[in-house]
Amino acid sequence: MSQLQSFLDNSENKALDEIHRKKIIKAVTSYDQTVIGMKSEQFKDWAHSREVAGKIKQATLDRLPDYLEEFESKIQARGAQVLWAEDAQAARSFIDEIIARHKVKQVVKSKSMTTEEIDLNEHLEEQDIEVFESDLGELIVQLAGEKPYHIVTPAMHKSKEEIAELFNEKLNSDPDSTAEELTMTARAFLRNAYVTSQIGITGANFLIADEGAVVMIENEGNGRLSMACPPVHVVVAGIEKMLPRLRDLPLFLPLLSTSGTGQEVTCYNSIIKGPKGEEEVDGPEHMYVILLDNGRSELFQDEEFQQALRCIRCGACLNACPVYRTIGGHSYDTTYQGPIGSVITPHLRDLASFGHLAQASSLCGACTDVCPVKIDLHHLLLENRWRSKKAGLSGIKWELILKIWAWVFKSRSRLNGMSKFIQLTQGLVRMLMPKSLREKVPRRAKKSFGELWKERQQ
Amino acid sequence: MDMVEVLERLNYQVTYNPAQTCCGQPAFNAGHREEAHSVASCFLEAFKEAECIVCPSGSCVAMVRKFFPQVFQSSKELEIAKSLESKVFEFTEFLVREGKVNELSGQAEGKVAFHNSCHAMRELRLIDEPWAVLRKIEGCQWVQPEVEPTCCGFGGLFSVKFSPISQTMAKTRLEQFVDCGADTLVTNDPGCLQQLKTEASSKSLGIDILHLSQFLNRALNHPGVRS
Ligand code: SF4
Repeated sequence: MSQLQSFLDNSENKALDEIHRKKIIKAVTSYDQTVIGMKSEQFKDWAHSREVAGKIKQATLDRLPDYLEEFESKIQARGAQVLWAEDAQAARSFIDEIIARHKVKQVVKSKSMTTEEIDLNEHLEEQDIEVFESDLGELIVQLAGEKPYHIVTPAMHKSKEEIAELFNEKLNSDPDSTAEELTMTARAFLRNAYVTSQIGITGANFLIADEGAVVMIENEGNGRLSMACPPVHVVVAGIEKMLPRLRDLPLFLPLLSTSGTGQEVTCYNSIIKGPKGEEEVDGPEHMYVILLDNGRSELFQDEEFQQALRCIRCGACLNACPVYRTIGGHSYDTTYQGPIGSVITPHLRDLASFGHLAQASSLCGACTDVCPVKIDLHHLLLENRWRSKKAGLSGIKWELILKIWAWVFKSRSRLNGMSKFIQLTQGLVRMLMPKSLREKVPRRAKKSFGELWKERQQ
Repeated sequence: MDMVEVLERLNYQVTYNPAQTCCGQPAFNAGHREEAHSVASCFLEAFKEAECIVCPSGSCVAMVRKFFPQVFQSSKELEIAKSLESKVFEFTEFLVREGKVNELSGQAEGKVAFHNSCHAMRELRLIDEPWAVLRKIEGCQWVQPEVEPTCCGFGGLFSVKFSPISQTMAKTRLEQFVDCGADTLVTNDPGCLQQLKTEASSKSLGIDILHLSQFLNRALNHPGVRS
């Protein structure tokens, strides 16, 4: 089945799923309330902060190659190794080499969208390597055999009851567990994995050029355990994660936390500058940073789309998007869902398979309004539509419909003729329509505005 | 026609060029810029002499003001297209700009809510303007959902290509208004109007949905208004 067809089917299923709709409304309503409160509490001027943040990110992009090299040389000087992965395949090969070198049998991971992007879990499991997802949300979707539903809150679509049932089935917990008990079950299940895994794989929220540092933020503490306990730490980070200076963090940490979850800052904020140093008593012996391109260079070189690389993956545009709220994260069938996903996926993957995502938008602009780095998301969706058309991907049906439409609307007399024709035939046509369609298609007004106007002038 | 009547009441001379068709937005939003160009050219032809263009849809205004420069990029009509940018206004935007709001006095009943179209709100940033006009109407109770304003799901061809998504969006939006107790819903765009009306009638919801110009004209002509 084509991507488009499966999108149509899945999105329709979700759109008609009342239980899903109610769950998501509840989740985003509480998100909205917290975030709006935090924006005014924590930021004197939110609009100004996002203006500045957008500019810093854009200025970073303007010199991205320099910053990447600066980052590389600084962190390598402290013993980490930087690996440049052109695509998903290259990233997986690097990880294979690391796994072979360090004789890895078991991996503990903290939440990372880049590893989702390169399908790392499937790849490792194929080689009989056991993978523990240590983020609670990620663990839930992993146990359920699903993909993350949301880039920030992967299990947003699961109610407490559903999680209790899942944990009961997979982890033998009490089926009536409270939320706290469920967390404790996950914790007990994972604690051991931090010590027994030979390698911890994480993502990065930011890469800092002037310090050569990796920044990771989280709420559960699982990220720092994944990174600090096993003897090897591997970071998989997109090249766009860069920030020029450590002193950009006082803006970006609260910005990301507020937009992401409505928090002042997240509970744990780690700045990692390399493997265990000579004087240090703990930490990983080895550290690898895989810098992932995987189509980002293409975006980087695209005048219109470069701004999409400012994204700090806060998830705000997903929460704000009425389409996302209606069809949920899984319908997209992409690593990055929602508006930002529909903007970048056609470029990271391919336009022919994912161009329809840009069509599936009412272009309401709610995403653009909330983006903390001011990416012009909905206009980029429009741009993607134009690209699809230019690439001849509109499909014969729409090519024809719009050609006829333009032919009619280019001339008032043709439009009037068409309008009269509809008036005369609508009774019959409506009779032949199925009832559901009849309800949707409005009747032509008894008289058009033009006709009323004419009568009035007489 | 309601908009015309309100404008005439305010002593404007309104003309309508029967040759006009469409601004080309449906094709433009579908990514079909050539088709949009050909239809938008007719728009230029029909309106190039106009002193001022008032439109009861923020969406069409946004098309002319914000997207015409893209449509006519590197075309010889660019200059004319740009000249329209400062001449085209959404209805409430026009009333506010012209300082006519204080001349309005109207009456309505019931609990009335307002749905601002996304294009008016986000492309044109018309947030206070519709309210400046609506607040002049007395006698009714203004109610508004507590949630952030969301899209009704119309989106032009989107509602055709992805109709299940579009319909559920309408349902969610309408539910917000019903929940806040509104018996009348006013909106400022024919697209939203159609979308919400269809949804309301398919669910047989007892909520009256009107275009802002319709609501305004009725309110101005209300027998309770002192002249
Ligand atoms: S595009 Fe903007 S709002 Fe969406 S995830 Fe990225 S930074 Fe957040």
